[in-house]
Amino acid sequence: MTFKTESFVVNAGPQHPSTHGLFRMRFTLDGEVIQDVEPIFGYLHRGIEKLTEGLNYTQDIVFTDRLDYLTSMSNNHAYVLAVEKLAGIQVPERTEYLRIIMTELMRIASHLMTVGFLLNELGAFMTPLLYMFREREKILDLFEMVCGQRLTYNYFRIGGVSQDVPEEFFPAVKKYIDSLPRFIAEYDQLLAENEILLMRTKNIGILKPDAAVNCSVSGPVLRASGVNWDIRKADPYSIYDRFEFDVPTGSVGDVYDRYRMRIEEMHQSIRIIKQAMAQIPSGEIQAKVPRILRPPKGEAYAHVEAPKGELGFYIVSDGSTNPYRLHIRSSSFINLRLLRELMIGTKIADAIVIFGSIDICLGEVDR
Amino acid sequence: MALALPATEISAKLEAQFPGSVVESSGNTIVIKPESTLQIASFLKNTPDFDFDYVSFITAVDYNTYFELVYYLISLKHNHTLTLKTRCTDRENPSVPSVNSLWKGADYQEREVYDLMGIRFEGHPNLKRILLWEGFQGYPLRKDFKPQ
Repeated sequence: MTFKTESFVVNAGPQHPSTHGLFRMRFTLDGEVIQDVEPIFGYLHRGIEKLTEGLNYTQDIVFTDRLDYLTSMSNNHAYVLAVEKLAGIQVPERTEYLRIIMTELMRIASHLMTVGFLLNELGAFMTPLLYMFREREKILDLFEMVCGQRLTYNYFRIGGVSQDVPEEFFPAVKKYIDSLPRFIAEYDQLLAENEILLMRTKNIGILKPDAAVNCSVSGPVLRASGVNWDIRKADPYSIYDRFEFDVPTGSVGDVYDRYRMRIEEMHQSIRIIKQAMAQIPSGEIQAKVPRILRPPKGEAYAHVEAPKGELGFYIVSDGSTNPYRLHIRSSSFINLRLLRELMIGTKIADAIVIFGSIDICLGEVDR
Repeated sequence: MALALPATEISAKLEAQFPGSVVESSGNTIVIKPESTLQIASFLKNTPDFDFDYVSFITAVDYNTYFELVYYLISLKHNHTLTLKTRCTDRENPSVPSVNSLWKGADYQEREVYDLMGIRFEGHPNLKRILLWEGFQGYPLRKDFKPQ
């Protein structure tokens, strides 16, 4: 006796708790197995690339905070680097160090969120996430101390930062990063030796290195597949060539490796912050920049290793006060191409875990 | 440090392989004719000296008289970069060959350029709007776009 079978379509989202924003996936299923997946997004499209054309270079910093709102500092950094490259502005030493400290703290905060949410999606509902939030809160407190904001910092300026850090900032950072490794180790022990987590993540959603490179994947997802590519090492921007740190890479390229990458990178960020705090000189924090900046005609591209991958700004200047064209190379958007690579052929139950392990932010996808 | 490959050397090789395909080259940038995009991209990807295995981003700029497409290519193996550009002068119906068959990373980026700038990519398997909704009129990143 034969059964008549046919594939059917299941819709996930756009309002789905594990999609971290408004994001829709249309699955075509054969029983439990995914035959096809079509991501549908754009619900948060604000037209930032177009909006920047109407405002001047300093005003545009505000938009970058609202791309990936979990990594505002890194977004600020990529943008100001591009403008400084375009206008040929040299940044004071102290500022470079302050920027590194802020972006590395931001990386820790973002990876904490990623790991917490990944666990959430595995069914460890809210408890691990809230532990992560507890640690992230302390970073937000540090940022609040620096610039008075907890989410959209708008801390970086073209040629500098908005203000120097208060006296109590460095002792507070030191206290925090001294306590962090113990916390990460404890947490990692609780999770990485948990049988449910291992079963749900090991050998799930394997991404081969060739496929990762071909899909223009970047960030921890690329490195989890064993490709040693970190822009901080490959194309050192700012003063990253002065610090000693390792680039962790995975071997299998599954969800577990992607989880590991984030844990390892937090340790590396702590190393960088320690070195930066030891080396930071005193002095100016703002280069001399005209109040209304008119970069010369031309174009520039600057990219940084943001927590989620390569974030770049391609700016074309026509010599006026506003960018003629600004393009945002967003890793969240480009990494989304992976969904089809990773999900087709797997079970629907693993889809959300795979999605969580890619770590996207809809603010940066839709722009 | 990522090495920005001198464009003049590459363009000499390209010119030898595909005569008449290079429009101009300077610094790290090569401007090529739109119709030869796919062949040149394929050559750059598959020639061992170049090995451009990674397309970092694809975007387009509207210069009023023409559209300029920008491909920022990286070789992860050799750690060098090249900016490849091509220009479409046809405003009514601009189109270039798709490089999606070479780099899957181009898939969504070409759809984004189509969505916001209105440039068609010939040979793209699923060229439709990606950020805006189906039925949206016009292409917002064009300089002559008037919001309703």
